[in-house]
Amino acid sequence: MEMAIFLVMGALSVGFSLVMILARKPVTSAMSLVAVMFCLAVLFALQSAHLIAILQILVYAGAIMVLFLFVIMLLNLREKEGEESHTKGYGQIFGGAIAFTILIVAVGSTSMSGSPAGLSSDRFGTTAEVGKILFTKYILPFEITSVLLLAALVGAVALVKLRMR
Amino acid sequence: MMMNNYLMLSAALFVIGAVGVMIRRNVIVVMMCIELMLNAANLSFITFANYRHDMTGHAFVFMVIAVAAAEAAVGLAVVLAMFRNRETVDVDEMNSMKG
Amino acid sequence: MEMIPLPQISVGAIAPELTLVAAAMIILMLEVFTISKGRDNLAYVALAAVGVAGYLVIESLGSPMTTFSKMYVVDDFSGFIKLVCLLGAGMTILMSVKYTRDEGIDGGEYYSLLLFATTGMFFMVSGADLITIFLGLETMSISLYALAGYARGRLASNEASIKYFILGALSSAFMLYGMSMIYGAAGVTNLHEIARIIGQNKENIHLVMLGGGLVLIGFAFKISAVPFHMWTPDVYQGAPTPITAFMSAGPKAAAFAAFIRVFSDALISLQYQWWIIVWILAVLTMTVGNLIALSQENIKRMFAYSSIAHAGYILVGFTAGGKLGESAMLFYLLIYTFMNIGAFAIVAIVGQQGEERTSVSDFAGLGYRHPLLGLAMVALLFSLAGIPPTAGFWGKYYLFTAALDQGYVWLAILAALNSVIAVFYYLRVIVVMYMREEKGESLPQNAFPASIVVVILVAIYGSVLLGITPGGYLALAASSSLAH
Repeated sequence: MEMAIFLVMGALSVGFSLVMILARKPVTSAMSLVAVMFCLAVLFALQSAHLIAILQILVYAGAIMVLFLFVIMLLNLREKEGEESHTKGYGQIFGGAIAFTILIVAVGSTSMSGSPAGLSSDRFGTTAEVGKILFTKYILPFEITSVLLLAALVGAVALVKLRMR
Repeated sequence: MMMNNYLMLSAALFVIGAVGVMIRRNVIVVMMCIELMLNAANLSFITFANYRHDMTGHAFVFMVIAVAAAEAAVGLAVVLAMFRNRETVDVDEMNSMKG
Repeated sequence: MEMIPLPQISVGAIAPELTLVAAAMIILMLEVFTISKGRDNLAYVALAAVGVAGYLVIESLGSPMTTFSKMYVVDDFSGFIKLVCLLGAGMTILMSVKYTRDEGIDGGEYYSLLLFATTGMFFMVSGADLITIFLGLETMSISLYALAGYARGRLASNEASIKYFILGALSSAFMLYGMSMIYGAAGVTNLHEIARIIGQNKENIHLVMLGGGLVLIGFAFKISAVPFHMWTPDVYQGAPTPITAFMSAGPKAAAFAAFIRVFSDALISLQYQWWIIVWILAVLTMTVGNLIALSQENIKRMFAYSSIAHAGYILVGFTAGGKLGESAMLFYLLIYTFMNIGAFAIVAIVGQQGEERTSVSDFAGLGYRHPLLGLAMVALLFSLAGIPPTAGFWGKYYLFTAALDQGYVWLAILAALNSVIAVFYYLRVIVVMYMREEKGESLPQNAFPASIVVVILVAIYGSVLLGITPGGYLALAASSSLAH
C-alpha cells in the first residue's frame, strides 16, 4: 500500500516539478509547485509526520504560494512574443544529470542498520510530540525563528513601503 | 528498502530545482525553484527522521518552513522594489553593473 | 496531566543577543515618535546597544558554558568573533549616519535590520547544533538581503539585492540538503554528537562526505570563495557603501566561525578528505580575486575582488588548522574588519551623494586636496596590501607561518606571491591619489562629520598602531582558538 501511494505521489511530484521549470507562464509554474507541495504533504503523512504534513499545506501551499501568486498578479507580467522564457542550458542540464547520478548513487546505497531507538510508533510525529520538543529541547531555535520572522517582516516593509516625504 | 526510494525522490526534486534555477530567466520562477529545493531537503529530513524514529528532523523541518516563508516575503519584496524602478523580472536584463 | 521537564535554560548566556533584539525593537518603536531631524539619534541608540552587547560579551570571556540542551555554546572562540562582529556593526552604524541622511534612507528600520543581522551572526557563531547555525545564518542573510536593497530608488541597489538574494537562498538550500544528509548518517544534529557517532560508525560515511561537501559549498558562498564568488562584485558595488563595508566584515567572520566549528568539530574524522578541497579553494580564491582586482575601474568593485582575495588568505590559515592556524585566522579577521571598513568609510566620503564618484579616477589628486584624508587612505591601503609595519602585514605573516609550520610550503609560497600581486592594485589607487593632479573640486566642508572621522580614526588605530603593538590582541586571539 505504502509503495503504491509512494509511486503515484512520487511520479506526480516529479512530473509537476518538471512542468514548473518548463512552463512559459509564471502562473502555471506556481500552480504546479502547489501540486508538488500537496504530493509531498501526502508523503509526509505517509511517513507519520502528521503535523508537518498539515503545515506543509497550510503554510507552504497556502500562505507562501498565495504570496507568489499575488506578486505575479500585481506585476501583471506579459510574456513577450516570440521570446524564449529560459536560456538553452545544455551545460546546466548536463551538470544536473551528473549531480543527479552522484546523489542517487549516494542516497541509494544508504543503509540503516540497527533498530531505531526512540518513541513508540503511535506517538511518533504527532502534534503533541512535536509541540513538546519545540518547547523543551528546541526552545532556543524556536525563539530564533521569531527573531527571523520579525527581521523578515521589517525588511519586507522597508523595501516596498512608499516614500513618506 | 523503502527509505531509499524516498531519498531518491528527494534527490530528483532537488536536482530539478537546481537546474530550474540555472535555466530560468524569470526571477519569480527562480524563487519557486529554490522553494522546491528546500522542499526536497525537507523530504530528506522527514525520511531520515521516520527511519530513525527520531523527532529532530521534524523540529528541523518546522523551522525550515518558517525560514522559507521569511525568504519568500523578503525575496518578493526585493523583486517588487526592483520592478518599480525598471519593469523587468528577467535576470539576464539585470546587468547595469559591469566589470 | 503529564509534566514536561524543561531543559536547562540560561538567559544570561544569550544576554548580548537579547540586548540587540530588544534595542532593534525599541528603535522601531522610537521611530514612530521621532521627527525627521531626530533620526540621527536612532543611530546612537543602536550604537549604545552594540556597546552594551560588547560589554556583556567581554564579561562572558573565560567562562565557557553550554546551555539550551547543548544547542548554544558560549566560549572564548565565539566571544572573539562576536566582538569582531560588534566592531563591524558599530563602525557601520557610525558611518551610516551621514550616508543615510544624504540618500534619504534614514529610518529606524535600517538600524534595526543591522542589529537583527548582528543577532543572527551571534547565534551562528555560538551555535553548537546544525539547527542553531542554520537559523542564525538565515537571520543574518535575510536582514542583509533587505539592507543590500535599502537604497531602493537606485537600480544598482535593487540589482545587488536580487542577486544576493537568489545566490544566498540557493546556497542555503545546498547547505540545508547537506545538513539533512549529515543528520541522516548520524541521527543527531548536535556537532559533538555527530563527531562521536561518525567517528565510530563508518556505515554511511559516503553520505557524510556528500553532505559535508554540500555544506562546504554553502559556506563557500557565504565567505565568497572562488568558484562561488559570482555574486560578490555586483553586490558589493550595488549595495549602499556602509552596507558593503558591513557585509565584508561581520558576516564573513561569522561564516568563517561556523565553518570552523562544523568542520573542525563535527566532521573532524574526515579531515584528510576535506583539507585538500580547502587547499584548492584557498589557492583559487586568492589568485582569481587578486588577478581580476587588477583590472577594475570601480573602486567598490576592486574592493570586492580584494575581499575575495582576503578570504583566500584566511582559508590558508584554515587549511593549516591547529591552534596556530586558528588564532592567525581570528587575528586576521579582526585586523581585516578595521582596515576594510575604514577604507569603505573613505570611499563613502569621496563617493558623495548618490554614490556618483566611485571610480578609481575620482580619487585623482585627493592627496593634495585633502592631505589628511589621503594619508589615512594610504595607511589603510598599505595595511590591506600587507606592507610592514602595518597590522595587515602581521596578520598575513601569522597566517603564512601557520601554513609553513604545518608543512604546506607550496601554499605559503603561492599566498606570498599573491600578496605581491595585490600590492599593484592597492598602489594604483595611491598613485592616482598623488601622481595624477587633476583640477577636481574639493569635497564640501560637511563631508567630514565627527561620526565618520571617528570611524577612520578607529580604523587607523586598528590597522597601523595594532601593527606596532599587536601583542595583546594576538594573545587574545591565541587564547580564543577552538583547538588546543
